[in-house]
Amino acid sequence: MTLQQAMIPHFDPIVGRYLNLDLFGRPHRIYVEEAGQGIPLLCLHTAGSDGRQYRGLMTSDDILQRFRVISFDMPWHGKSSPPAGWHEEEYQLTTKAYVEMILTVADALALDRPVVMGCSIGGRVVLNLALDHPERFRAIIGLQSGAHVDPYYDITWAHRPDVHGGEVCASIVSGLMGPASPEAERWETLWHYMQGGPGIFKGDLHFYKIDGDIRGRVGAIDTSRCPLYLLTGEYDYSCTPADTLDLVTRIKGADATIMKGLGHFPMSEDPAAFLGYLKPVLERIEAGTRAA
Amino acid sequence: MIDRLVETVNGKASLVHRGRYLTTRFLVELGPEAYLVDVVQGRIAAVTSGPFVMPSWSFALRAPKEAWEQFFQPVPPPGYQDLFGLLKQRLLRIEGDLQPLMANLRYIKEAFASLRPLEAKP
Repeated sequence: MTLQQAMIPHFDPIVGRYLNLDLFGRPHRIYVEEAGQGIPLLCLHTAGSDGRQYRGLMTSDDILQRFRVISFDMPWHGKSSPPAGWHEEEYQLTTKAYVEMILTVADALALDRPVVMGCSIGGRVVLNLALDHPERFRAIIGLQSGAHVDPYYDITWAHRPDVHGGEVCASIVSGLMGPASPEAERWETLWHYMQGGPGIFKGDLHFYKIDGDIRGRVGAIDTSRCPLYLLTGEYDYSCTPADTLDLVTRIKGADATIMKGLGHFPMSEDPAAFLGYLKPVLERIEAGTRAA
Repeated sequence: MIDRLVETVNGKASLVHRGRYLTTRFLVELGPEAYLVDVVQGRIAAVTSGPFVMPSWSFALRAPKEAWEQFFQPVPPPGYQDLFGLLKQRLLRIEGDLQPLMANLRYIKEAFASLRPLEAKP
């Protein structure tokens, strides 16, 4: 963006709407954003954040000419409401609920075999989609994907009355980004964490650290049914490059690239650098779509 | 190295302001070297080097000297860019009463990051 463009008021090409649907047998109101036209590309945000993480993708003219980029805020996240009755519940994400949510939203939007791309918890759950629902997707992209994370800090600190939840959640994840990623983008990424509802990051980590351990199953992923691309930032010490490369040894045909300088939030901490890695993958997916 | 916190923290008004509700003493160990850091309302009041006899502190951060050396590089290698990176690698041990640490995690992380050489910051 030039300085002049920055100074003239203008809209991003992103349009957001609220989608009302039944999820897990209860009415939900889900916030969905999209931009562009073409192959549907459904994007899944990280734990404790929301769909704004994909702004860089949704403002890339180049991508928007060929892809319909869609992200939704998971229930309890961003501008999606928690379901009625939430005030008496403790939010906890499970593999089963996460998979069901993604398939239900994709159906509600009538997406025809979208590409699905998820980061962190999203990078984990796409492995479940590759295992159990490959026919639903034309390709799967995992960002910061690993089959398991060794717990290395006590997640109860993320939700206590004597520690500010927004401040601590952002401070827990702040170091996961590449030190050279642009300051403005890094702090925007952290702002999303600071805005998370109480206990939501912790509830997502239940899936990431406890319920979602998929080490015993990933070997059964059949990439001939749905191609699997893995992109991982080298500065991520939560899902490390080693974790992603371990997936490649277990999953025949999985394609992995380690992204230099980037960390755990490639799409939001440095969108320009990330797009340099993503575009070749999208081109291969496009070529596969044309061939089929 | 750790004694420089007096200049690097107190010289940054926004960092002192961020820590204004923190008054505590914590222990830092770089291998065999030990330091007690006194924080008073976000200002570093004193850094005392060991060895200590019967030190009192709220929380302790202990890592091998080599791990801290990597951490203090102007551009640290992957995994060494953050205290929690050292924690993940099981190089850093965090012990004691962690409430003051976790309630002021950004302040503590930025205090340690402020010890990195400025001129080479990306």
